[in-house]
Amino acid sequence: MAYSNKARDFFSNELKNINTAGTFKEERYIESPQGANINVEFPVGAKPKEVLNFCANNYLGLSSHPEVIEAAHQGLNERGYGMSSVRFICGTQDIHKELETKLTKFLGTEDTILFPSCMDANAGVFDVVLDKEDAMISDRLVHASIVDGMRLCKAQLYNYKHSNMDHLEEKLKETQNLRLRMIITDGVFSMDGDIAKLDEICDLAEKYDAMVMVDDSHATGFMGKNGRGTHEHCGVIGRIDIITTTLGKALGGASGGCVSGRKEIVDLCRQRARPYLFSNTMPPVIVAAANKVIDLISKTTDRRDKLEKNTKYFRDKMTAAGFDIREGVHPIVPIMLYNAKLAQDMARDLYEEGIYVIGFSFPVVPKGQARIRVQVSAAHEKEHLDKAIAAFTKIGAKYQILGKKKDEIIAQYGY
Amino acid sequence: MSDDLKKLIIDYVKKEYLDDDSEEIDESTQLISSGIVDSFSMVALKTFLEKKFQISIPDEKATTEAFDSVNNMINLLKEFNVA
Ligand SMILES: Cc1ncc(COP(=O)(O)O)c(C=O)c1O
Repeated sequence: MAYSNKARDFFSNELKNINTAGTFKEERYIESPQGANINVEFPVGAKPKEVLNFCANNYLGLSSHPEVIEAAHQGLNERGYGMSSVRFICGTQDIHKELETKLTKFLGTEDTILFPSCMDANAGVFDVVLDKEDAMISDRLVHASIVDGMRLCKAQLYNYKHSNMDHLEEKLKETQNLRLRMIITDGVFSMDGDIAKLDEICDLAEKYDAMVMVDDSHATGFMGKNGRGTHEHCGVIGRIDIITTTLGKALGGASGGCVSGRKEIVDLCRQRARPYLFSNTMPPVIVAAANKVIDLISKTTDRRDKLEKNTKYFRDKMTAAGFDIREGVHPIVPIMLYNAKLAQDMARDLYEEGIYVIGFSFPVVPKGQARIRVQVSAAHEKEHLDKAIAAFTKIGAKYQILGKKKDEIIAQYGY
Repeated sequence: MSDDLKKLIIDYVKKEYLDDDSEEIDESTQLISSGIVDSFSMVALKTFLEKKFQISIPDEKATTEAFDSVNNMINLLKEFNVA
């Protein structure tokens, strides 16, 4: 053992620095299933408090849906608990294949391969298809897991200003002599809830002969009329070469991810993707429940329709109440506050009012763009939304920010 | 030479990283620690300098500090006798 005082002091000091920087993250213990109403023990040791959850990725309210839970039980009974193997040795059951087929059909792609998570899908996929002679051209605000995936790939890296199509076109011109090129973006960006301009991106991709990769984690299951995702919302089904997405958000929220898209790319992932080859298969319980989730959302669009209605209601009422919210149609609703401390203080007060939301500030979002990120769910009923709107209005009045625009809030609180 | 170089890098950073043309930066503006350039996009900045001056900056020299301002980048380039 050589965990010397030197090492211990070094790490303690790192922790202290995180604390001083104000970016120390604390877990809150939830003592109930995930849902609109949850019981939270916070701070640790406090009596559990019932709050309305407005910070989960439980977009469709399926995380604790009775039919999903029932399917999980059935999966456990019929296919057991664990597989103790990676996929290609003895970790593929009939239900794994069934889920891949269902996802392919739902997403409107050619083929699909499951990964332990979308983080793993993003970590593996670029290295499988691109090499030194190729280029990755990414939006500058892509998710951290894509950044990691690009780091693991030898292809040359270019990036363009967030959703700036002129800048993207410049990069496509600049890289024209390279072998293969891939445009890389999130379908929906998780901090702003804004949507990639996939129609324009696909046009540019065709004009300059580049592939398109989209991480649709914050869209699969509810964006687009049938909930297929951002590609449906933007009218480009069939034109996206790689979609990665997660089962850990709208689709039941347990875990798992996939790469879905062109057949040859998916086949190559089965041969070469390191997180697929060297990490354990998804457990039968989750696969069985995920199959049920796809069945439920393929049968009816009721849940995504309700989510759309809830989102519009919440956005309209919050705007009318005088909050500065980023415009859009996505259930991620950023309440802009600009000042980090203001965002923390308001989130704390809202928690006291029984509304669980989180304040985000630098480095998670750019400096001077602190906000509270609200996430609406199909699990919310109108009275939940009304309660949240009332609490926000009360706290917004306390901090005297209602009806104020960016410049006025900054004049009042700085950033 | 140094003024030309300064302008070249400042113009590049403005074109590549600033959204709003009215934003101004100078040679001592902190780029990475202020969040104007994130540490991942820094790779593109490094590639730009390498291509422009036909040098190869080894990883141990390509620190976030070395790229945190135009002045720091010029100091780095001096080590390669191109500034
Ligand atoms: C855009 C995006 N991609 C990927 C992930 C990671 O997904 P998973 O939880 O399946 O690893 C997330 C989750 O935070 C995400 O927001």
